[in-house]
Amino acid sequence: MAVTSKYFSGAEKGHETEHEEHDPRESLMYDPKPRGEMNAMVMESMMTTSWKFWVVFGILAFLVATCFIYAWGYLIANGLGVAGVMRPSYWGIFLVNTVFWIGISHAGTFISAILRVMKAEFRRPFTRAAELMTTFGLIQAGASIFMHLGRVWLAYWLFPIPNERQIWPNFHSPLMWDLLAITTYVLGSTMYLFLPLIPDLAMARDRSTGWRKTFFKILALGFRGTEGEWRHLQTAMNIFAFAIIPVMFSVHTIVSWDFAMAMRPGWSSTVFGPYFVLGALHSGMGAVAVVLCLMRATMKHMDYFLRKEHFDALGKLMLIVTFAYTYFFFNDYIVQWYGGDKWTDALLHWLEEGPMAWMFYQLLLFNLAIPALTLWNKKIRQNPWLLALIGFLINVGMYWERYLIVPVMLTINRMPFTWKLYSPRIEIFLTIGTFSLFLLFYLAASRLIPLIPVWEVQEGQMTHSLRKVGKTHVPTVSEFE
Amino acid sequence: MGIDLNLVGAKGAIAEEAEGKWGMVIDQDVCTGCQACVAACAMENNLSFVGEEDAGYGRTQHWIRIERFWEGAYPEVKATSFQPMLCQQCGHAPCEPVCPVFATPHSQSENINLQVYNRCVGTRYCANNCPYQVRSFNWRDYHIDPMHANDVNGQLVYPLHNQFNPDVTVRRRGVMEKCTFCIQRIHKAEDTAKSQGREVRDGEMVPACAQACPANAITFGRLDDPESLVSQMAHQKRGVKHLEELNTLPRITYLKEG
Repeated sequence: MAVTSKYFSGAEKGHETEHEEHDPRESLMYDPKPRGEMNAMVMESMMTTSWKFWVVFGILAFLVATCFIYAWGYLIANGLGVAGVMRPSYWGIFLVNTVFWIGISHAGTFISAILRVMKAEFRRPFTRAAELMTTFGLIQAGASIFMHLGRVWLAYWLFPIPNERQIWPNFHSPLMWDLLAITTYVLGSTMYLFLPLIPDLAMARDRSTGWRKTFFKILALGFRGTEGEWRHLQTAMNIFAFAIIPVMFSVHTIVSWDFAMAMRPGWSSTVFGPYFVLGALHSGMGAVAVVLCLMRATMKHMDYFLRKEHFDALGKLMLIVTFAYTYFFFNDYIVQWYGGDKWTDALLHWLEEGPMAWMFYQLLLFNLAIPALTLWNKKIRQNPWLLALIGFLINVGMYWERYLIVPVMLTINRMPFTWKLYSPRIEIFLTIGTFSLFLLFYLAASRLIPLIPVWEVQEGQMTHSLRKVGKTHVPTVSEFE
Repeated sequence: MGIDLNLVGAKGAIAEEAEGKWGMVIDQDVCTGCQACVAACAMENNLSFVGEEDAGYGRTQHWIRIERFWEGAYPEVKATSFQPMLCQQCGHAPCEPVCPVFATPHSQSENINLQVYNRCVGTRYCANNCPYQVRSFNWRDYHIDPMHANDVNGQLVYPLHNQFNPDVTVRRRGVMEKCTFCIQRIHKAEDTAKSQGREVRDGEMVPACAQACPANAITFGRLDDPESLVSQMAHQKRGVKHLEELNTLPRITYLKEG
């Protein structure tokens, strides 16, 4: 393979003292292992399950059976009367969950597609973990939308299916755009998850026996790793990486239009599109930090793949997203306040002083203050548990943000006679159910498919090398031609 | 007056020019807040009785409600006039475009907002987008709720089923509903007039709320007929339209401060 070499840009800056302390082998890319050994590590991390795994798996399966399947069945059998939605909060936690899960799903595409396109090397070991989040998060988002429908058994009317009555869905409705955008995103992100998975599935196929071999054999689609196959795969991945980025930005913008297109104080804001996209990235990055920390703590050999540098880079990314989110957050609220509409004023007072004000202040603390003040510190960024804690708090804050936008903002409308505060009922169980289902999918995936994209790590390690110049080793990076 | 259809905003100009077909005038100065209209509407349109608990939680099934407000803080409280609130049958209805399945179309012949119960899937977007908050949702199957039934020899008997109006659908749970201007009465009056070869006379058709109002606070009729009582009352100086600034073109005029 033709390789051109150049000096790694970091080595040119001349911070000699720092460089002497910093061992380049701390970085995954300069700490290569033989291919066979690395493959065996990933296979082992996938195949070994302790009793603790099955306990957690059992608890989650029980929660899914009761809080998701049974509770949803109960909701369908008895109608939305068992939920807490009422006039004026016709939309409740179901829509909060939808927006939240779509937000979580943004991290996968962002980390995987954008960082792949940007050729950010730190992405390599955790693209798969992030992409899985996209697909599994979107499943929860879709389920939440259908939970919220009054007559879910007629949900196929929302899809443009030819029918004998020739009634089409209403393409003027933001909900319709929403449905199409989410469907596109689900299909696109699932294919984008699958394409980079093929070489790893083929690797797993060659190293497993029994039912796993059959499973991987079917999924690997006969991939053998020839030059032609790689070329086709790279082309397809490139196309998907570029194509999915606009889809990702559009999908949350369109979700925000569900609100922004409506004539409600607090909702009809032109900045909602970018504000929601940034909010989604904010919660998604936080969720990736949590998942990576848990992976590293619970799975075998993960401390080889997930290192300080990855958490450090993720922390920097979170910090940048925090600033962008802060800008749009204040932009949204201050511009609305400046508009001087009396209903918006009433709404802002309600948020600041009403019974849900604690949520508003927690949002300010968890989403803006804590990440912006702590992620400056390299020590905090490099500590997986601290980063996961910050990510978790960001997600709590983002959940509150969506809760404020949907049921709490719905409380204030232009008819003061109907103002009434929403309180969730069965929605609480269904929320627990969606979270459990997400984690259950993740646990199952961690034992069924390689969570580390081995070929990507190996590709990265091939392009990075330490060259001996005089007495020191100089890190160099090259590009495939 | 001719409207250049090529101009931006021509559609809005047309809509503004068209006053609408059916309209209502509510005189808040004579309204006594007796809620007879609420009861009459419930009888005429087969509205559900939701029970104490759900009503207290904000799930009342009323197509018309009497809003009471007061000014000042206790003990210097001054009650303001009662405000009956019902679907304004907007010319530019915010509820219409947001329905993903076309369950809230605009009737071209009657020029009012319709709700197609058997098309509704219950996304409740229309109710969110209604600035008047006059849409009500069927949270449960209230009409077969055992709380309305008598146990006769082990069988549940629903005495309230006997008062259902046969001209109006009984809605099941999961669908949205709202005031229809008693469209079943409109159709009946139009059919009678057609069979006699004439137009519907002013005052011939009266919705249930206007019929029941003991103070005659509600007037109903043709807005496109300048001679009708309702269009003459609507053009009085004390007429106001609610949330007119949203350009919803409401068909109901409130008379106030006479």
